[in-house]
Amino acid sequence: MRWLALWLLVLAGPALADSKQPPAPLANVQLKDPAQEAKAQALMLTLRCVVCQGQSIADSNAEMAGDMRSLVRTRIAAGESPETIRAWLVARYGDYVSYDPPLSAVTAPLWITPLVLLALGAWLARASFKKRRRV
Amino acid sequence: MKRLLIWVPFLAVVAVFAVIGWGLYKPADRTVHSALVGQPLPKFNLPPIVPGKPGLATTAFATGKPRLLNVFASWCIPCIAEAPKLLALKQAGVEIDAVAIRDTPAAIADFLARNGDPYAAIGDDKVSAVQLALGSSGVPETFVIGGDGRIVLQHVGDIRDEDVPGLIAAVRNAR
Repeated sequence: MRWLALWLLVLAGPALADSKQPPAPLANVQLKDPAQEAKAQALMLTLRCVVCQGQSIADSNAEMAGDMRSLVRTRIAAGESPETIRAWLVARYGDYVSYDPPLSAVTAPLWITPLVLLALGAWLARASFKKRRRV
Repeated sequence: MKRLLIWVPFLAVVAVFAVIGWGLYKPADRTVHSALVGQPLPKFNLPPIVPGKPGLATTAFATGKPRLLNVFASWCIPCIAEAPKLLALKQAGVEIDAVAIRDTPAAIADFLARNGDPYAAIGDDKVSAVQLALGSSGVPETFVIGGDGRIVLQHVGDIRDEDVPGLIAAVRNAR
């Protein structure tokens, strides 16, 4: 009985949360114009996949990331600027969707902490060099 | 002074572990909320996906009567769990439209035959275009659209029994 259960488990097909539908037209197809494709690629590297959350849409295999890539390429091909597209997505998903966070009260620590840590390091280094000179 | 300072690294490590412990005990909310709540419904026009049921356009909303907009798919398992709750909402007099994400007519017809059909209209969204326009990050999601065409509320994930009264109230209160 236990073996049967084990074999059933081994043989069971995975239940994937995927539609198995073909990808959106421009999800995995580059734009014909290399300059436009470069622009699209640069933008896609700085947009977050909202399904996988830790990956950019350029890196993600999620179907929704494919749909987002297609959206970016379609709009770039239509002559929209990358920043307009980013703004369109930020209006829908918040700053969260962008890997290029703007400076605001919430994100200020991201920008200020490195400077504070550098200053602290310099101060510590100065103190320890001073000590050594005394010995 | 030095006697006290010697404890500083230890306290720093304790603080780090406290932060980690707190994060494990109370994980941050990873739900992606739409930034469009309170804003007008974006403009879209989707073709029908099953015969005998109209497609879905923005013009179906802003008719003075609040409606539900359900984002679903036949390949989505929580959508099956949610189906009876949507039927209960329809029973309560709530009008429900849907956007089918990355789906086929045959699969949708089969889904409706198995799980019931609470929908007045279903739009065919082959490349998640309307889903992205709504700021939705998955299936299922449900939006309450006010009679003035504004998004009043977003429900992320499947509707459970305990969510039904809240959604009915949101539809009643939406103008």
